[in-house]
Amino acid sequence: MTTTAPPPTKPEPHRAAKTVSRPGDRIFAGLARGSGILLLVVMAAIALFLTVRAVSAISKDHGNFLTTFEWTPSLNPPVFGIAVLAYGTVVSSIIAMAIAVPIAIGIALFITHYAPRRLGGPIAYVIDLLAAVPSIVYGLWGALFLVPHLRGVNLWLNDYFGWTYIFHKEDPNSAARSLFTVGILLAIMILPIITNVSREVINQVPKMHEEAALALGATRWEVIRLSVLPFARSGIISASMLGLGRALGETMAVATVLSASPQLSGHILDPLGGTFSQNIVAKFGEADEFGRDALIASGLVLFLITLLVNGAARIIIQRRKEYSGANA
Amino acid sequence: MSDTVMDARPASGTPASPRLASRHLPRWSPLAIAAGAIAVAAGIGAGAGLSSHIQWGLIALVLFVAGSYAITARVEGRRQAKDRVATSLVWSSFVLAVIPLYSLVETTISKGADVIDGTFLTHSMNNVLTIQPGGGVYHAIIGTLEQVGIATVIAAPLGMLTAIYLVEYGKGRLAKWVTFFVDVMTGIPSIVAGLFILSIWFVALGKAPASGFAGSLALALLMMPVVVRSTEEMLKLVPNELREASLALGVPKWRTTVKVVLPTAVGGITTGVMLAIARIAGESAPIALLVFGSAAINTDPFHDPQSSLPYYIYEQYNNGNQPSYDRAWGAALVLIAFVMVLNLIARFIARWKAPKAGR
Repeated sequence: MTTTAPPPTKPEPHRAAKTVSRPGDRIFAGLARGSGILLLVVMAAIALFLTVRAVSAISKDHGNFLTTFEWTPSLNPPVFGIAVLAYGTVVSSIIAMAIAVPIAIGIALFITHYAPRRLGGPIAYVIDLLAAVPSIVYGLWGALFLVPHLRGVNLWLNDYFGWTYIFHKEDPNSAARSLFTVGILLAIMILPIITNVSREVINQVPKMHEEAALALGATRWEVIRLSVLPFARSGIISASMLGLGRALGETMAVATVLSASPQLSGHILDPLGGTFSQNIVAKFGEADEFGRDALIASGLVLFLITLLVNGAARIIIQRRKEYSGANA
Repeated sequence: MSDTVMDARPASGTPASPRLASRHLPRWSPLAIAAGAIAVAAGIGAGAGLSSHIQWGLIALVLFVAGSYAITARVEGRRQAKDRVATSLVWSSFVLAVIPLYSLVETTISKGADVIDGTFLTHSMNNVLTIQPGGGVYHAIIGTLEQVGIATVIAAPLGMLTAIYLVEYGKGRLAKWVTFFVDVMTGIPSIVAGLFILSIWFVALGKAPASGFAGSLALALLMMPVVVRSTEEMLKLVPNELREASLALGVPKWRTTVKVVLPTAVGGITTGVMLAIARIAGESAPIALLVFGSAAINTDPFHDPQSSLPYYIYEQYNNGNQPSYDRAWGAALVLIAFVMVLNLIARFIARWKAPKAGR
């Protein structure tokens, strides 16, 4: 796949025999190629449709699309912008990553290197299954269980770290439906995904490297630091990026937990703000045709952000493949 | 027990340097340090009047890590001490992660099991006031099965054909583009897929989509890249000798693919498709945009709004009263059970049909 062959060459090495062109072959090859082309057409259509609708909406926007806080496309003249949404999406994802990535690496190392061997397999299996729990279930649990249980944590953070500005809470008695809670919930959601991919990467570390380190008298932590982590680093990074892509696009878990309002605040414990996908679901019901176009414009921005993140992850994976191919 | 362990001395008999015979902490030392940390933390907590036991636990954890570092550094050296800290951090990250995940599963099962009974599974929400208990998920189950079924019928063949194209035929620029865009598609947020179908629907038909079929299209969009990826991986595992043997017998390439390559990989492909089904069965965002949800049973996916399990949960949660929350938990348990059963079957098939390694 990596070497660029001239287009018409056949993949199989049986070209020497004169291939008879059979109708069955042509139909089947046509079907296969057709579905590949269809996929490209669909992607092009997605990009085209979203862009056309988004541009038509943004051109009628009387606020600045990038810096306006409010989302009121039904007003006359319409005013809407993505500042709050972009901020909320980024902040909640950063919180989620800051919590989830170290813990996920910890669990992956636990399964591969620390847990008793008889435990490691079943734990990995269970975490695999947890990755399949639908996001709406996380959302329900987050709203009905996590929010009340995080009240105490919020108060504590406000009491002891309120001076950092970030953890200051305007109204200490308000519910914990904040970007901080959303971040924690997203962290719990993406934990299984990051753990799974990291575990697979860590499992691929050549045993020889570890044994060599052990033979030199390294402690278990030194084995991990010197032979496991360097080998697995790019894999772990791309696993985290995949998790980040998931966190950025997550809809329902945010929509159920966050109490949204068009305000932008550095206090992450305050129940306000919003994210792209939460805003789409929340505003969709009351939107007229123009309102839908405005939402599509915000969806396009979300699409582009996730595209960038996923693309970066793929590039890192790609590079890793070459690296490990030369090394294995 | 013994504070010193003597290493084997060199055969020449030269006295080993004291470095080689490093001192070790006894095996029970972590337990002792933990007990000490907990005792001191309890003392501090009670002394400072901290009410939350979580805070006691955190203080104990910090004391334990710091204490074991200090003691090990004194007795065994800095390297061993770092190792111990790393070990305790890894263990605590595991415990930290298990608590919420366990709580999620436990809450869903215990709250859901209270609600689920024969009535819940066989009745819809038609004519049930949201503030009343009662009603059920029958209409949502029907909606989920139909929408996911249609999405699978659309996405599975297309995805498999695309994978066949990539593995068996694809070389050159087109294959590269397809590979790249499958990757791009994998990252589409589900809400964006919903928006896309929405805007197409408006352009094509000029009205809002309100049918299960529109939702199926969005789900198919989300499912297709997953199927392509997993099928591709499985087809790549089929040994080339099988293809060559079949082609050498004069079998046309398409028959080789259908009769030799696909049957060899069928286990893995089925697993991939089922995992993809399990993933889209839990999607609620596109359903919220495209299918709208309905309280009554609607078995026709092409006309009129339907419900679906994930959307039903969202709807019930938004009702914001206790009977609705109970129903949401019940539906969540049904949904999790559905997804888990699919996952377990998929894994079973994967193990059962796994290509025998070697020969």
